[in-house]
Amino acid sequence: MSKLYSGAEVVFKCLEDQDVEFIFGYPGGAVLPIYDELKNHSSIKHILVRHEQGAGHAAEGYARSSGKPGVVLVTSGPGATNVVTALTDAYMDSVPLVCISGQVPTHLIGTDAFQECDTTGITRPCTKHNWLVKDIKDLSKIIHEAFKVATTGRPGPVLVDIPKDIQFAKISYSKPKIQKKLNGKSLNIFSQKDIDYLIDLMNKSKKPIFYSGGGVINSGPEASESLRELVQLTGFPITSTLQGLGAYPGDDNQFLGMLGMHGTYEANNAMHDCDLLINIGARFDDRITGKIDEFSPNSKKVHIDIDPSSINKIIKVDLALVGDVNDVLKGIIKTLKSKKINLNKSNKQKISKWWEQIQKWRTKNSLNFKNSDENIKPQHAVQRLYELTKDKDTFITTEVGQHQMWAAQHYKFNKPNRWMTSGGLGTMGYGLPAAVGVQIAHPKKLVIDIAGEASVLMTMQEMSTAVQYNLPIKIFILNNQYMGMVRQWQELLHEKNYSESYSEALPDFIKLAEAYGCKGIMADKPSELEEKIKEMLQFDGPVIFDCRVDPNENCFPMIPSGKPHNQMILGPSEKEENKITGKGKALV
Amino acid sequence: MANPKSAYSVSTKKEKSDKHIIVVWVDNEAGVLARVVGLFSGRGYNIESLAVAEVDAKKNISRITIVTTGTPQVIDQIKLQLRKLVPVHKVADFKRNDKSVIFKEMALFKVVGNSNKIKKAINACKKYNAVILDKTKKSNVIQITALRREIDKMSKNLKKFGLVSVSRTGAVAMTRGDKVFN
Repeated sequence: MSKLYSGAEVVFKCLEDQDVEFIFGYPGGAVLPIYDELKNHSSIKHILVRHEQGAGHAAEGYARSSGKPGVVLVTSGPGATNVVTALTDAYMDSVPLVCISGQVPTHLIGTDAFQECDTTGITRPCTKHNWLVKDIKDLSKIIHEAFKVATTGRPGPVLVDIPKDIQFAKISYSKPKIQKKLNGKSLNIFSQKDIDYLIDLMNKSKKPIFYSGGGVINSGPEASESLRELVQLTGFPITSTLQGLGAYPGDDNQFLGMLGMHGTYEANNAMHDCDLLINIGARFDDRITGKIDEFSPNSKKVHIDIDPSSINKIIKVDLALVGDVNDVLKGIIKTLKSKKINLNKSNKQKISKWWEQIQKWRTKNSLNFKNSDENIKPQHAVQRLYELTKDKDTFITTEVGQHQMWAAQHYKFNKPNRWMTSGGLGTMGYGLPAAVGVQIAHPKKLVIDIAGEASVLMTMQEMSTAVQYNLPIKIFILNNQYMGMVRQWQELLHEKNYSESYSEALPDFIKLAEAYGCKGIMADKPSELEEKIKEMLQFDGPVIFDCRVDPNENCFPMIPSGKPHNQMILGPSEKEENKITGKGKALV
Repeated sequence: MANPKSAYSVSTKKEKSDKHIIVVWVDNEAGVLARVVGLFSGRGYNIESLAVAEVDAKKNISRITIVTTGTPQVIDQIKLQLRKLVPVHKVADFKRNDKSVIFKEMALFKVVGNSNKIKKAINACKKYNAVILDKTKKSNVIQITALRREIDKMSKNLKKFGLVSVSRTGAVAMTRGDKVFN
């Protein structure tokens, strides 16, 4: 007879066979057998967080920066409910997570037992799939299936709920047959005919644009290489969503910057005026499209996405190529090359007027801001941070709000997987724990959380995690004492009634840093900024940097709600003429 | 435009809504119905009626039949979202007015009254495959199988013959001829 293992041992056997190196978790009554087993598995390191939400976001940061699934381990009841925000965040942004939760013993399920909750019920709408293991015989099959579901197709979070008695029960274990990694290739349902049609459209187009998204990142680093090759082959302009930043080099001339609500003037106008729009791994999110009726009204639209349900969900397209981004891009490049179509040359004439137009838009310099000698402007702070860190292979995470948009606008990314931000769900408090996860995956690299003072306080407790594991993360807080984006919307929509958006009694961040056992730095004059940033970068250990910025600065350019792409507000002076009225006010 | 829509707005070009019957083959496991129904409620699709039962005990497959209304775009989304659920094997979609598909619902009527009234009630039900399931001096339980609107009509008409209770199923559907949906 083969050796019998406990359920807890089977969990680790599975994790080992899935090449898991790190678990982000927090112990509790219903997962104690699994924690007890931890000591016997030296290849797996457990990272103890301070709150289960932090475990989820750390695993997201780990997954996004490494391309491997993040693993979370939490207890039943509050452990599971605390991780729900992170699961929802991962679901919205397509991040592969495997969450293992403890559950009360099977005979107590449904009795309102201590720390019992309907975990699979609660997490059903925020996971790709979840399982309640009711029989030890199913355990290993379910865990391996969970990894498969999380990582194939459009990635996302999954949850396996394991009752305590199952963790104790005994069963034999055999290694799963190694399946050839599909990486969603089974989902490729595009044909050569589609590619030929696309190339025909590209050939005819006078005003083309690529619009790339997080799908390029999720498809792996090779997809970014393919994207670069395709963009260079065609000579077309390219813009990117928030999640897609880094897939194409941010400082390249063909790159128009980010598009959407806080995107650049040139990117949004090009989207509006183009005659061919090629969406690569993005999902026509409402932050991107603005007013749907007037979204890119005169263009043929092409959509490349691995998720068939993304096609025609928001915007009807003329051609859909459902498949893994890299496979589709390679198919296009191969065809272009085999047909010896050099769009860059043949099209140059045709699209030269388009580029002239784009240059005109560019001269608006829409990311410009009035710098000051007295106050640190937040945009200036991000720009300085970029200049001082661009030669290093830097990983940036953010929280959510104005600072996030300034980071996206002013920090230029040249590689994929270097930019971790909560886009779909917009989770304040994402950045700090995500930075913890990123630093775990890349111990030697520079990891900076560009934060806001309000967001960062939501998960500040994870500084303790960073100190425990000697993670030298840098928390760069653009401190304007406001929930800045809330204040900006109140200014634009609610007659400057800054209801509850001012943070009184903020902590002294230097003392807070010291209390956690890390370094605190404060800067409030533009003249000292550079020197202080250098001090932060030179310090080998976690740092909280309190960058006191102009509290009244707003994030521009902006497409006000209710307006199409070509009606942007460029700066504070323009606000009056472009007031948001009527129904636009009701929208977020 | 007077009332600008925005970021969250959907197209103002209103498409026509149609009634569709969605048939879903799923693994018969705990929570599978919650996944399907939760998808509908979570994404704001409506369910007019629902019928579900295991159809293959060996392979453990249940067949869920859902009647819903939606624009072509919404119906497409329903199908694509359903196909993404792990326990879903296949999804079929029939338009309500599709002549190549049979739709049936079943209803039980309890009629209480004198024999004259009960007789009239039975007579009225005759064209809908009426079966008497229970009979006493004062009451009858009649089963009919018919279309939704026919049952609607009957539940209204039988009131005057002493209808006191109605119980009905959701619609089930099957294609005509020898073809099987794959």
